[in-house]
Amino acid sequence: MAPDAGREPALPVAAVTSRPPASAPAAADGAAAARPAAIRLSAKNLSAYFSGTQAVRDVTLEFPDRQVTAVIGPSGCGKSTMLRCLNRMHETIPMATVEGEVTLDGTSIYGGGLNAISVRRQIGMVFQRPTPFPTMSIHDNVAAGLRILGKANPPRSEIDGIVEDSLQRAGLWGEVKDRMRQSAIALSGGQQQRLCIARALATRPRVLLLDEPTASLDPLSTQTIEELVYELRQAIAVVIVTHNMQQAARVSDRTAFMLAGELIEVAATNTLFTTPRDSRTEAYVTGRFG
Amino acid sequence: MSRRGRQTQNTVMLGLTYIAATIATLPLLLILIHLLREGAAFIRPSFFTEMPQPIGEAGGGMANAIVGTLILVSAASAIGLPIGIGAGLYLAERRNAPFATAVRFLSDVLNGLPSIVMGIFAWEFLVRPFGGFSAIAGGLALGAMMIPLVTRTTEEMIRLVPVSLREAALALGFTRWRTSITVILRTALPGIVTGALVAIARIAGETAPLLFTALGNQFWSTSLREPIAALPLSIFSYAISPYDTAHAQAWAGALVLIALVLVISLIARYATRARFGLGGD
Repeated sequence: MAPDAGREPALPVAAVTSRPPASAPAAADGAAAARPAAIRLSAKNLSAYFSGTQAVRDVTLEFPDRQVTAVIGPSGCGKSTMLRCLNRMHETIPMATVEGEVTLDGTSIYGGGLNAISVRRQIGMVFQRPTPFPTMSIHDNVAAGLRILGKANPPRSEIDGIVEDSLQRAGLWGEVKDRMRQSAIALSGGQQQRLCIARALATRPRVLLLDEPTASLDPLSTQTIEELVYELRQAIAVVIVTHNMQQAARVSDRTAFMLAGELIEVAATNTLFTTPRDSRTEAYVTGRFG
Repeated sequence: MSRRGRQTQNTVMLGLTYIAATIATLPLLLILIHLLREGAAFIRPSFFTEMPQPIGEAGGGMANAIVGTLILVSAASAIGLPIGIGAGLYLAERRNAPFATAVRFLSDVLNGLPSIVMGIFAWEFLVRPFGGFSAIAGGLALGAMMIPLVTRTTEEMIRLVPVSLREAALALGFTRWRTSITVILRTALPGIVTGALVAIARIAGETAPLLFTALGNQFWSTSLREPIAALPLSIFSYAISPYDTAHAQAWAGALVLIALVLVISLIARYATRARFGLGGD
C-alpha cells in the first residue's frame, strides 16, 4: 500500500478533490477545459494476456496531450498491465500477448510502422521502485538513453546540456550538480526516482508513463514527485497509475477507473470523484471496497 | 524438559558445532603448517629463477614449472572464461528453455566429472591425433574443466541482478543484447570476476588432466606445441623420486602452488567485497 495513504485518513472526497497541489494553481476541470485536448496516445479495444489468462479486457481509452491521466483501481485490476501495453513493455514478459490497437499521434505502435525500440524511446516509463543503473554515475544514468542510438546519438558536446536540462525538469539538478560523477545508488529513494524521471525525459519522449511512481517513497518525496508530475504536463502527456485515490485527485486532469481488467469509467477528475456515473466507481471512490 | 536441561542441551549442541567447524578447517591448517616446516627452508630467490638440477643433486629451482603453470592457466582462461561467461549469460537469459535446462544439467554433471577422465578424454582427442603431448592440449583440458564452473557461477550472479533493472533498460529503448551487455553483465561483473578467480584457483592445482596432455618438461619451454612443465606435475615427479633433495624441492613446489591458490582466493574475496550493492531491491 502507498506509504502516504495514512496521511489523510478518510477525508471526504469533495474535500480531497478541491485541494490543489501544493505548487500548482487550482486543479483539473478549468485548466483542462481551457486547453484544446489533442489526442497523443489512444488505445482501441486493447486486451492483454499472460499465457492465456486475460488481464486487460477490451479497453478503449484516449490520452490527451499536455494532460495528466490517472488510472485507478484496486490491486490486480490490470491497470499496470494496461500501462505496459502502451509502450510495448508487456510483450517483454514470456508468454504475454496483446490484442487491439494503440496509436501514438495516429501511428499504430503495434503495426509495421514502428518497432518496439523506437516506441519505448518516444513513450518513457518510470516504475514503482527506483531503478537507477547501479554501475553508472548520476550523469551516465541520465545520459544512458542518449548513447544507444548509434549515428543518431546527440554529439558529445550536447549531452552535458541535455543531462542538465533533464535534471532541471525533474527538479533534481540543484541537489546533484556537484556530484554528477558519483554513483547513483548513493542517492535517497526519492532522489533516485526523480533521477529515473530525468533519465526518461532525456530522450525527449512524447508521453511519460508512471507506474505507481511513489509507492515506495516517503510522504515528502511523494509530494515532490506529485508537484513534478503537475509541472510535466505543461510539455507532454502523462499517464499515472496509482492506487492512491488522493494522489489521482491531486495530480490528474482526467481519471480512468478500472476493475477486473475492464475500463469502468473515464471522466474529468473532479467529475469522476464527485459525480461518478457508474455505481461501482462510486463505491470505489467513496472507499466502500478496494 | 527443565530450564536447566534445555540450557545444558544448548551448550552441548553448540559445542558440537564448534568442534565440527574446527575440524572442517583443520586439514588446511595442518597442510600449511607441514608445508611451511618442510618446504619454507628451500624457498630462495633461486627457486623462482633457476632451472631444475639433475635428479639427485641439491639446489636448483622450478622456474620452468612456474612459468609453465602460468602459461597453462592463461591458455585455459582464454578458452574457459569467454565460453563459460557466454554460456552463463545464455542460461540466465533463457532460463526455462528446454535447451537451457539441458545445458544446466550437463554443466552440473561436468562439474562433478573426475579430472582423470577429462585427462584421458583430452589425450584421446587432443594428443593422439596430433602425434604428441603439448601445452595447448593441457590448456584445452584445463579450459574444458573451467567452462562448467564459470558457466554456473556466471548464471547465478546474473540472476541476482533485479528484473527491474532489465525492464528499466528496455523501457529506455535499449535493445535486448545491449541490455544484457551494458546493464546486466556490467552489474553482475564483480560477482562474475569472483567466480572466474575461484575457477582459476581450482584448475591451477589440477594434475591428472596434465599427466595425459602437457606431460611435463625438464627443460625450459614456452612453446604451446611442445610438452610443458607445470607445478603440479613437477611436484608429482619429485615426490615419487627416491632422493631426499628431490623431496625437498617437491615440498617447496607445493608451498608455492598453495600460496598461488591462496593469493587468487584472497583477490576473489576482495573482488566480492568491492562489488557495490545492486540497488533497487
